[in-house]
Amino acid sequence: MSLVYSMKRFLLALIALLVMPVVFANEKGGKQEEEYDVTGEIMHHISDAHEWHLWGDDDATTSVYLPIILIDNGLVTFSSKEFYHTTPREFVNAEGKTDHYFVESTGRYAMVHEEIYKLTNGELEFHEGHPKAESPLDFSITKNVLSLFFGAIIILILLLTTAGFYKKNGAVGPKGLAKFLEPMILMVRNIAVDNIGEHKYKRFLPFLTTVFFFIWINNMLGMIPIIPGGANLTGNISVTLVLAVFTMLLTVFSGNKGYWSHIFATPGVPVALLPIMIPIELVGILTKPFALMIRLFANMTAGHIIVLALISIIFINKNAAWGALSVPMALFISVLEILVAFLQAYLFAMLSALFIGAAVEEAHH
Amino acid sequence: MYGSIAAIGAGLAVLGAGIGIGRIGGSAMDAIARQPEAHSKIQTTMIIAAALIEGVALFGVVVGMLGGAK
Repeated sequence: MSLVYSMKRFLLALIALLVMPVVFANEKGGKQEEEYDVTGEIMHHISDAHEWHLWGDDDATTSVYLPIILIDNGLVTFSSKEFYHTTPREFVNAEGKTDHYFVESTGRYAMVHEEIYKLTNGELEFHEGHPKAESPLDFSITKNVLSLFFGAIIILILLLTTAGFYKKNGAVGPKGLAKFLEPMILMVRNIAVDNIGEHKYKRFLPFLTTVFFFIWINNMLGMIPIIPGGANLTGNISVTLVLAVFTMLLTVFSGNKGYWSHIFATPGVPVALLPIMIPIELVGILTKPFALMIRLFANMTAGHIIVLALISIIFINKNAAWGALSVPMALFISVLEILVAFLQAYLFAMLSALFIGAAVEEAHH
Repeated sequence: MYGSIAAIGAGLAVLGAGIGIGRIGGSAMDAIARQPEAHSKIQTTMIIAAALIEGVALFGVVVGMLGGAK
C-alpha cells in the first residue's frame, strides 16, 4: 500500500518536472510580429488543394506535389510544383486586402486559391477582386482525390478479404478479419431488413454496405493527422452531393405505383388542394437527399474546425505551454469525432434505407 | 459587422439544437427508468433522433458560415 502511494507521488513529481521547462519555452526569433491568421489556416486545412502539405511554412515547406490534369483543347498535364514553386504575385481581393496567386512557369495558367484560370497574354485580369478569365476543365488529382483512392483501396482490401473467407469456407463461424467485420455487416443488413422489408432488401444491400463503409472509413481517415489521412474528404460538399444523388436516383428509379400515387394523388387530400400538395411533394423528393448531403458535410467540417481551432490556441499565443490546456481539449473533441464518424455513416445508411423502403413499400390500405 | 450577425444566427441555431436534444435525452432517461429492459432500443432511437436534430442545427451553422465569410 505504501509502495503505491509513493509511486503515485513519484509519478506526479516526474510529470511536474517534465512540464516545467515548457512554461519557459518561447519562439526563438522568427516572425514574432506577424499575427497568426487563424481563419486562413483553418480554411487551408479544411479545403481541397493541389498539393499535400506535409510540414514547414512559407520559407521551407515540404509537400507532396500532385499532378494537375486539365482539359483545354486536349489534355494538359504537369506537376503542381510549377505553380507552388514560383514567386507568388499580389492582387487586391474582394475585401480590399492584398492576396497572392501563382502563375505557372510557362505562363499558360494561373492559380488563385486553388482555382485554375487560363491566361491570355501571361497576365491575369481582376474585376473587383475576382479573376476574370476562362477556366479549363480541372480533372487534377487533388488531395481529396488521392485520399479517396486510398480509402477505396482500404475498403476493397477489407471487404474482399471478408468475402473471400466466406467463399472459401462457406457459412461457418468466421475467423480473423471476417470475424471483426461481421457485426458491422450484419448491422447494415439489419438496417436494410428493418426499413426495406424482408422480401426486397437484397437488391439494395450492396449499395447500403458500400455507402456505410465508404463514409465510415473516410471519416476515420480524416481524423489521422498525417498523410495519407487527414484530408477532409467527407467534408467536401461535392462528395456528399454525389452520395446523396445516388440515394435520390435509387429512390426515384425504384418507386412503385404506390410511391408515385402518394406524390401525385396523396390519399386523403381533397382534390382542390392537390395543386398545392403536388409541388410540395415534388420538392420533397429533393429536400430529403439535400438534408443527407448537408448533414454529413456540416458534421465533418464542423468537427475538423473545432479540433483545428483548439490546436490553434497554441499558435495564437505563440507559447508551447498552452498545449497543456489545448491538447486535452482537442483530444476530448477528437474522441467525440470518432463517435460522430461512425454515427454519421450509420445515419446516412439508415436514412437511405428509409427513403428506399418508402419507395418500394407495398400499398396496404 | 455582418460577420457578427452571422455568428449570432449560428449561435441561435445551436441554442435550438441544445434545447431539443436536451429534451430527447431527458425523455429517454425517463423511459429507461420506467422500463429498464428496453434500454437498448430506447438508446438507439435517442441517438437517431439526436442526430437528425443536429443535422437541422448544422443547416443553420452552415448558413451562418456562408453569411460570415464573403
